[in-house]
Amino acid sequence: MELKAENITFSYNKRPILKDVTLSLESNQIVGLIGDSGSGKSTLCKILSGHIPNYKGNVRIEGKEIEQKGFYPVQLIFQHPEKTMNPKWKMEKVLKESWNPPQELKDTFGLKENWMNRWPNELSGGELQRFSILRAINPNTKFIIADEISTMLDAVTQVQIWEALINHCKANNIGILAVSHDIKLLDVICDEVLYFDEINHI
Amino acid sequence: MSENPWYNKGLFSSLNLREKTLLTIALTGLVLVVIFICGTMINNIPTNFDTKMQAPSFVHIFGTDWMGRDMFFRTIKGLSLSIIIGLGASIISSIIATILAFLASSNKYLDSFVSWLIDLFASIPHILLIMMISIALGKGAFGVIMAVAFSHWVNLTRVLRAEVLQINTSEYVALSNKFGKSKFWIAKEHILPLILSQIFVGTLLVFPHAIMHESSVTFLGFGLSPHEPAIGIILSESMSYLAMGAWWLAFFPGLALLIVVLLFDIIGDNLKRLLDPREANN
Repeated sequence: MELKAENITFSYNKRPILKDVTLSLESNQIVGLIGDSGSGKSTLCKILSGHIPNYKGNVRIEGKEIEQKGFYPVQLIFQHPEKTMNPKWKMEKVLKESWNPPQELKDTFGLKENWMNRWPNELSGGELQRFSILRAINPNTKFIIADEISTMLDAVTQVQIWEALINHCKANNIGILAVSHDIKLLDVICDEVLYFDEINHI
Repeated sequence: MSENPWYNKGLFSSLNLREKTLLTIALTGLVLVVIFICGTMINNIPTNFDTKMQAPSFVHIFGTDWMGRDMFFRTIKGLSLSIIIGLGASIISSIIATILAFLASSNKYLDSFVSWLIDLFASIPHILLIMMISIALGKGAFGVIMAVAFSHWVNLTRVLRAEVLQINTSEYVALSNKFGKSKFWIAKEHILPLILSQIFVGTLLVFPHAIMHESSVTFLGFGLSPHEPAIGIILSESMSYLAMGAWWLAFFPGLALLIVVLLFDIIGDNLKRLLDPREANN
């Protein structure tokens, strides 16, 4: 399966930020994207995952427009997990909002059983990010856009989380677009690294 | 850091602020419940022309009126009536506010409609609106409750609308949307639990307004009917006897009304401090 974005153009209040961005991602691929702060990487991520609707150009899976209703097959994992969780929900409800993952998957990502009855503000950023990754790898997910998901984690946790995510995605044929500042990380995990300045014609 | 209010100083200074706040809420709540229960148990206040127009004494601590009725019992009865009306009015106005806030969040046109409605109602003087609605609905307790409810949803709606708008732009709502959840589901599961404390505090803070306005429209003759011993009725009747020196007819009921309003205000403020995370650290 192929996720293809063609000629994406977008501007914030007449300030152009993306121009004619074209990129494609295969299901069995991990593509890295690297670029400066404020260059529009996150905007591109939000467009690919359907969070920003009013852009020019098109995003297609296998040449077909993506259905807006129902579960969106392109899932975005945000940089700050604490903002993606309702502060008045317990972690169990947060996780089950997407799906109920099997126990062995919870173990692979290192989710402890006693975290389930806690509130989001009682867990650390790394612990919360495991939840948000697990939420994103719902069985209906075809592609994952990882927008700087490991910037606030320490090196050991970074390795653990990326390893678990990559193993799961390879096994289930899910494509990953990994966005980061960390070129060393991208060199290790990605099949191909794109430079944002080269694909953005601004 | 803000100055401690007077009711958090002195006697209970060994407790921490949270305990004090809880204690304040419990005590004021208890006083109000006692007034309310006593009021509902007083059904028959005997008239006795032998003891008419007596100044406050140990037998009749609030004095008696021109028909020899004990003013203390009439005041308590009037207060419990005020509490019932306040309760009805503030609950209905909160329901209106919640519904309008959710309507405003659903689309752009409804949002501008609700904003327009808020501006419209905020621009009419409360007392005028209450009088008109009360007359239109045939006065009485029902008319007053509706009148107060339909004039006091404005502030809470404004707060809730802003709150819902902010929650709607959050990442967890955006994500929930992409997990395929419906707008209704998001409103019920995500937004409602987050604004519930605001609704609760808003309801309590409308209470004193409701009681004051009930008394004032009744005083002006557009509210409850004269046979009900509401505080407004007591005050307006006492007007004709004030010139004869019967000051206790207006003084004690007025003071009691003021105290009840103040008690509700204290509960509301304290509850707000407990529930609002931005003030929780104070």
